[in-house]
Amino acid sequence: MLLAQSALGGLLLGGIYGLLAMGLSLSWGLLRFVNLSHFALAFLGAYLTYQLGTQFAMPPWAALLLIAPAFFVLGLALHAVFVHFKVTEFSSMLVTFGVTVLIESLIQWVWSADFRKFDTPYAQSSFQLGPIFVPVLELSAFLCAALLAATAWLCLHRTLLGRALRAAAQDGPIAAAFGINARRLSYGLAGLCSASAGLAGVFIALTSTLAPSQIEAWIGVVFAVVIIGGLANAPGALAAGMLVGISESLTMALVNPAWAPLVAFSILIALLLWRPRWL
Amino acid sequence: MAVNSTPSRLAITAVIAVLFALPYAGAPDFYLSYLYVVFFWVALATSWGVLSGYSGYWSFGHAAFFGAGVYTAASLTTKAGLPFLLTIPLAAAVAAALAGLIGLVVFRIKSLRGEFFALLTLSVTYVLAAIVSNTPIDGGGGVNMGQVSLPTFGTSVSGAIYLLGLLLALGALAVSRRVLCSRLGAGLLAIHDDEDVAEVKGVPTLRYKLAAFAISAAIAGAAGAIQAGYVGYITVGDTFSITVPLYVVLMSILGGACHWAGPAVGATLITVALGLFVGGNHAELGRAGVAFSLIVVILILPQGIMPRLLARLRKVRVQPKAARPGALTLAAARPAAAAMPASAGDSVLLECRGVTKRFGGLQALGGVDLQVRRGEILALVGPNGSGKSTLINMISGHFPLSSGSIVLDGQNISSLEPHEVARKGIARTYQIPRLFEQLSVFENVRLCAIFGSEHGAGQDDPDALARHWLAFTGLADKAHELPAALNLHERKFVEFARALAARPKLLLLDEVLCGLTPSEVDQAVGLIRKIRAGGTTIVFVEHVMRAVVALADRVAVLDQGRLLALGAPQETMQMAEVVDVYLGVAHAA
Repeated sequence: MLLAQSALGGLLLGGIYGLLAMGLSLSWGLLRFVNLSHFALAFLGAYLTYQLGTQFAMPPWAALLLIAPAFFVLGLALHAVFVHFKVTEFSSMLVTFGVTVLIESLIQWVWSADFRKFDTPYAQSSFQLGPIFVPVLELSAFLCAALLAATAWLCLHRTLLGRALRAAAQDGPIAAAFGINARRLSYGLAGLCSASAGLAGVFIALTSTLAPSQIEAWIGVVFAVVIIGGLANAPGALAAGMLVGISESLTMALVNPAWAPLVAFSILIALLLWRPRWL
Repeated sequence: MAVNSTPSRLAITAVIAVLFALPYAGAPDFYLSYLYVVFFWVALATSWGVLSGYSGYWSFGHAAFFGAGVYTAASLTTKAGLPFLLTIPLAAAVAAALAGLIGLVVFRIKSLRGEFFALLTLSVTYVLAAIVSNTPIDGGGGVNMGQVSLPTFGTSVSGAIYLLGLLLALGALAVSRRVLCSRLGAGLLAIHDDEDVAEVKGVPTLRYKLAAFAISAAIAGAAGAIQAGYVGYITVGDTFSITVPLYVVLMSILGGACHWAGPAVGATLITVALGLFVGGNHAELGRAGVAFSLIVVILILPQGIMPRLLARLRKVRVQPKAARPGALTLAAARPAAAAMPASAGDSVLLECRGVTKRFGGLQALGGVDLQVRRGEILALVGPNGSGKSTLINMISGHFPLSSGSIVLDGQNISSLEPHEVARKGIARTYQIPRLFEQLSVFENVRLCAIFGSEHGAGQDDPDALARHWLAFTGLADKAHELPAALNLHERKFVEFARALAARPKLLLLDEVLCGLTPSEVDQAVGLIRKIRAGGTTIVFVEHVMRAVVALADRVAVLDQGRLLALGAPQETMQMAEVVDVYLGVAHAA
């Protein structure tokens, strides 16, 4: 029973991994930008949720309504800089690495390096499903992730706009020759990816403890999730997030909590050695 | 390099002597430890450059090797009671072994992309951090080295640490410079530009990447050991932090990652700048400043400071260099592969036996049997998709065979890596020239002379060979241009020069004439004749029938992965089956 409970916990944690990984996966796969600052943006979103919640007693859903559009614009601005300077796939990683540290410094400056916890009345609320307790917050994060993954997949594979985006990612000049305005599409996608970081941030604020140094703790695991799930593949990212989340929880329950950080990388390294076709 | 002239060499020697004398002259500990920090980052950034700067495989996991060094020193001194100085080489060895292990895993992945390598090395850092903090190596509480007796040469502990740092920084620079000027460095730069081509030109890419990775990690490990002594109290959080890769990457980019001194220049600039911030207790501001400059530098100055500076210097020094090729007498250079028996005769140089290649369900070659005679020119023709280029790729070792075998001079070469095939004496050109874009035309050819074949290795000066083959192909006056400045015709001739500089027994030409104007085709045909006259056997894939008939001794016609016809050009091209595959059955009927 303990195992089932921890497997469920892992599954729901996987939802947050997936939520973070999706934006990265799409911008890496479709825009050819490896956006390390995605994590920093998510944490910025989390801190803003915390601030709005504690200072102005704003409920998280209202905070999201503010944060998502603001982050959409932020994403557009960042993308505009990349496009203007013709940043390559590799340099994008270095530039966003710099942006990450900048945002981290900003957070540390405003909110200090101390741990913060956003206490909400519903933080502990859960319902019982047979003998298993299902936490409401984590469940809604997971459902959001699932909804987002399904929407992203449908948009990319079933709409003209999505197909145009994929074509532009595979061969920009050729797609442009066929009349696809890749530029405008890419701006839209960059904005949406950034907004998704804001969404992930709201859930991070609600479910975990905040500290600037935590940003780095997420980078490794989520990148492993992105690669395991395959680039430009939102449902894949969610599935990989669930796989990693469940494996981590089971490791915590069965072996030792301290070894959990190793799980994602072990899966990643095993996959890279085995090299399935989607990698 | 910039250090070659005597006055600057004297100045550098003087500076180094002063630096060594500082602790003995009673410089205050504060300055010694400040300078130590500069040396530390110079060593670390320079070591990063050996793999990542030269070969273009950017590691974000330098903290892992540095940390391996830190914890090797900490464990061995506190738990095993080894003397501190002895742990420095041991730390280097541990870090190098770790790099070798990781390299063996990741470099075997054929389609490894730069970003994957960067992220994988970053992941290794986290894995290592988790292992260290969960095992007795650290245990989560940190390691206190307060009881360890540190050496006190140079009058005090800080003097000793300072001298060790200075030695390490100088050592790292010397190693990096040495690597850059050696075969290893030439190979790494080629890997940076086009790894597949480097392999085909004879660079043992896997071995070179592993060697560079191990050297880079060893220096980082030694730096870690010294840093352990400097810090005294070691924690996982400080050791495996993102600061190390962040600073190292930025320093190298700022200074110029492709030059041996670049990372050191960047490291000095940034450490001094950071020192100014930390002096005023603004460490966090300093970090933000570094991050901000990283962004600005990559956006505005992606090549770094050193290359800019060198380009300035080079402009001044181009004059004497340009004069040199004129001094070469063409007659002095011997024809290619002169060591070969003059009797070309009918002996077989290369034999393909039942060569088959399947890509998934698609059969590109279905059992081709073909003999290439010594000294002949064999044309490989056939409609698009008939398997001509695949056959060339199989012979040069680019793809493994599905079945069958390829024998060169009585030796089975079918299971060899491309670089080994190249060293057996097979060279090839590419249909679309694939030159090393960051290397000058001269360096492109020189590289192939260095790595080309094993029979001539060591006897000939690669510089002379490169000049000879550039003159042979009429490119002597373009020697110091970058490939980007050349037109298609010239780029194809550089491909020729590169292949010839390897002094091959067998030269594979993949559609060298396509895209050339009629007069350029005539020029190329003349060149190919000249090459054969030097004793080289040639197999060429071609669609320009005029050239095929003019050049070939024999023609092999491929169709749908099978050998359709083989014989003298005129008769073969008039055979009914051949006309069918070229013009369609309806036309023939």
